[in-house]
Amino acid sequence: MIFASVGSVLPFDRFVRAVDDWARDNPDQEVFIQIGEGEYEPKHAPWVRIMPHDEYRRRLAACTLFVAHVGMGSILQGLEERKQMILLARHRDLGEHTTDHQLHTAIRFAGMPGLQIVDDVPALQAAMSASIAAPTQREKAISPFASQALIDNVRGFLRPILEKRHRSILAAR
Amino acid sequence: MVSRPSCSGDPFHGRVVKAPRILAIASGGGHWVQLRRLMPAFEGFEVAFVSTFDHYATEVAGHRYYVVPNASRFALGGFLPGARRALQILWSERPDAVITTGAAPMLIFLLLGRLMGARTLWLDSLANPERMSSSGRIARYIAHQTVSQWPEVAEAEHVAYWGSVL
Repeated sequence: MIFASVGSVLPFDRFVRAVDDWARDNPDQEVFIQIGEGEYEPKHAPWVRIMPHDEYRRRLAACTLFVAHVGMGSILQGLEERKQMILLARHRDLGEHTTDHQLHTAIRFAGMPGLQIVDDVPALQAAMSASIAAPTQREKAISPFASQALIDNVRGFLRPILEKRHRSILAAR
Repeated sequence: MVSRPSCSGDPFHGRVVKAPRILAIASGGGHWVQLRRLMPAFEGFEVAFVSTFDHYATEVAGHRYYVVPNASRFALGGFLPGARRALQILWSERPDAVITTGAAPMLIFLLLGRLMGARTLWLDSLANPERMSSSGRIARYIAHQTVSQWPEVAEAEHVAYWGSVL
């Protein structure tokens, strides 16, 4: 099953239409699309606007190919589930986001094992066909938690609160 | 950290010692996914969550969970009701710390939370590798600590780099 998602916030009609057209040209493939608040409604694949997050995680875990925008939620969850990913960035000048940060994210994450970032609709559709013909997968899933450095630093930030609480407990004894 | 009366010896004479509280907040989508990856850092605290989708409640079952409207730059009209809601939530939670991974609707929690005495942290999204988000730039003037997840951005924006959620 191919799971395609525009994320959970903004419309991304260019992407939805591209995946729907691909589904039309590949009727033997099962495709499911989360379209968000977009105007274009798919004709060749089942879709929802948004699904509860637990269902989203189930669909993500069950899919063989994950197609999405270059959103950090999509990237992180795709890596957590060790999915083969094809990602298309939103463009600000097409009204697809408020800034071009997805293009910046695309540059930084290009070449990361498990995900392929494409520049336009024809490249997206070609990559989908290629992935179905020759599936690949990351060797390992990422940890479900942040880097140890960040965890330690946040704990350091919180430590004064714990120490203060501890002192007040001792003082009350 | 001690958070309950101990069984042996009971140095707290049967009183229940409450854990300090964190209000962990993020808009729905990628910000929320990043926030959830910080969970191990919150050990020893009682954690309540705030986000913008009803359906996240089941994901944080066992914690208090509050929904706020998603006032993005696409929907500025949501700001004032958002502020009122933030005040209600902060009033009932009385958090010792407010921690957010963004986005804009969460700034008001940092401001009001800080005024109410909480320690406040803005963790700018991993999705900003070239420049800090405009909300993050505002957060520098509000939060006790603002950090970027990209070393180059942290340096350019004069904020700390503490590592990343990845």
